[in-house]
Amino acid sequence: MSAMLEVKNIQVAYGKIIAVKDVSITVNQGEIVTLIGSNGAGKSTTLRTISGLIKPKSGQITFNGKRIDGMPGHEIVGLGVCHAPEGRRIFPRMTVRENLDLGAFLRTDKVEVAADVEKVLNLFPRLKERIDQRAGTLSGGEQQMLAVSRALMGNPKLLLLDEPSMGLAPVLVELIFETIAKIRKQGVTVLLIEQNATAALEVADRAYVLESGKVKMSGSAKELSADDKVTKAYLGH
Amino acid sequence: MVKSTGTSNLTRSNRNWIRGYSIAALVMFITYQYLLPWEGLPLGIYDGINKWMPPAALNESLVYVIMALGLNIIVGYAGLLDLGYVAFWAIGGYCAGWFMSEFFYFLNINFFGSVPAESPGIHINFWLVLLIGGLVCAFFGALIGAPTLRLKSDYLALVTLGFGEIIPQVFFNGEDFFGFNISNGTKGIVRVDPIPAGVKNLGPFDFGWKLLLFIFLAAVMVFISLRLRRGRLGRAWLAVREDELAASMMGVPLMRTKLAAYAIGAFSGGLGGVAFATHVDGVYAERFNFAISIFLVAMVVLGGMGNVWGVILGAFVLSWVNGNGLAAFGSVYNETFGTSIDFTSFTFLLFGLVLILMMLFKREGFVPESRMKLLMHESELDEEESVEKKKKVGR
Repeated sequence: MSAMLEVKNIQVAYGKIIAVKDVSITVNQGEIVTLIGSNGAGKSTTLRTISGLIKPKSGQITFNGKRIDGMPGHEIVGLGVCHAPEGRRIFPRMTVRENLDLGAFLRTDKVEVAADVEKVLNLFPRLKERIDQRAGTLSGGEQQMLAVSRALMGNPKLLLLDEPSMGLAPVLVELIFETIAKIRKQGVTVLLIEQNATAALEVADRAYVLESGKVKMSGSAKELSADDKVTKAYLGH
Repeated sequence: MVKSTGTSNLTRSNRNWIRGYSIAALVMFITYQYLLPWEGLPLGIYDGINKWMPPAALNESLVYVIMALGLNIIVGYAGLLDLGYVAFWAIGGYCAGWFMSEFFYFLNINFFGSVPAESPGIHINFWLVLLIGGLVCAFFGALIGAPTLRLKSDYLALVTLGFGEIIPQVFFNGEDFFGFNISNGTKGIVRVDPIPAGVKNLGPFDFGWKLLLFIFLAAVMVFISLRLRRGRLGRAWLAVREDELAASMMGVPLMRTKLAAYAIGAFSGGLGGVAFATHVDGVYAERFNFAISIFLVAMVVLGGMGNVWGVILGAFVLSWVNGNGLAAFGSVYNETFGTSIDFTSFTFLLFGLVLILMMLFKREGFVPESRMKLLMHESELDEEESVEKKKKVGR
């Protein structure tokens, strides 16, 4: 297995507030890797830095051997890193189909895009029923499905998911995690952020535990879910 | 499958508007070119047309339509507030002044111009000047846009406001611009070349034919607007207007997308500027004032941001009220009731009132664009309604 994404010692700050002090993570081809940690640990910031929304103050990020820190966000998308952001951020006044079309904004292969629309709709059949409905009128769970689908429309090599289970009913959380496993089977590498650490560790191969902007622990998902400290702090039993 | 029916609908609606538009154009052209000068026309109708919508006022309205359509791309499509659009009008106007008149009397350049070859000054063919005016404006649009489009919307509006003040001021004081006379200052550039249109050169009083020309230019803008709207760039603008951050996550290059809106909008400002110069047969610096920028924004907003037909209606109605409608109404009112109220002095009171009423009751404009309507009324969708909506969806 080769490293697809390598984040080396990044430090990220919003003005004077340092959100990420020193984070290094690796994601290999075909893996699901999860970042867990409490609020303010720097998980989202790490993801936003990878997708180019924020520039790191120091450190470097390489994707398939190419340095991507400092590259504008839309070019990083072009390389195959697609981000389903925190809070979904779908386009509420556009229809589901228009949202999906925008997800494929950089792609010119119309036939393949149409095939991919079918593919994501099969992944989330509920969206099929809502295809011409305004995205803003969808329920929270459907909006999350749309956010993930929209990111998939970019034909990602690496999919970044930021809290896909936030605010969802338990049934839907289960559905989302099942789908993440399916997505991986289709050959997409996934970097996942979750507060719901139990579910995340179940689906993931490896995990990093972030605490106040630093990687506190890392290892295989199995090891970490058996670890005492992790169970106490994040798994709540 | 669904997609292909969508495109055929699209071409059908495209054909529909072209047919309707052509009929309207033909009716207006025949009315003004042939019916109005016809001696058999009853005097009442002749007076009526001349009072309520004289040819000059109609043509001026059409110039406003061209420019409002351009501003609509910036404000309506891309969601960038531009309060200095008059600058592009001025630049376009001076392009006509420079390249189609005897202003540079010490030169003698004639490129398919409509005047004899020996006349002094630069005389470039009108159609080419149209293009030049548009491109120069697009260049300035990109120039002002490049450093400022990174700003958040309110600050962008302020910068454009400044730009809209600076450019006319430069022309206003342009008699000695670092030693060069670029605008003839307050005297303006009087007389621009007639428009070569095949068999005939159109001078300032060929209202009928120029009406047709302006209708054609407006149609070009409508076509461009609708085409862009459906295309990739249109989708990118829509996404940027809705949520910049999410748009960039989809791979939309923010700067390039916004700059494109700015440059294309400015291009049509240039078209309008050149057209206006031929309409008034000259370029006068004092005409390019701040009120016009606001006036154009009001046309776009009142008509219906993002909807070309709404914007056309807004431009027509506002420029008509401002130019002729109120005065005509005033004279009728005064005659009937024996009063002597100067209605035109209430123009801004009326506009202010209309704006307030529109913002209270019909924020999305006369002919709203569907998405804008949702945006404007989203806050009114209270808890109850959204619950109901979900029930309807079956959950």
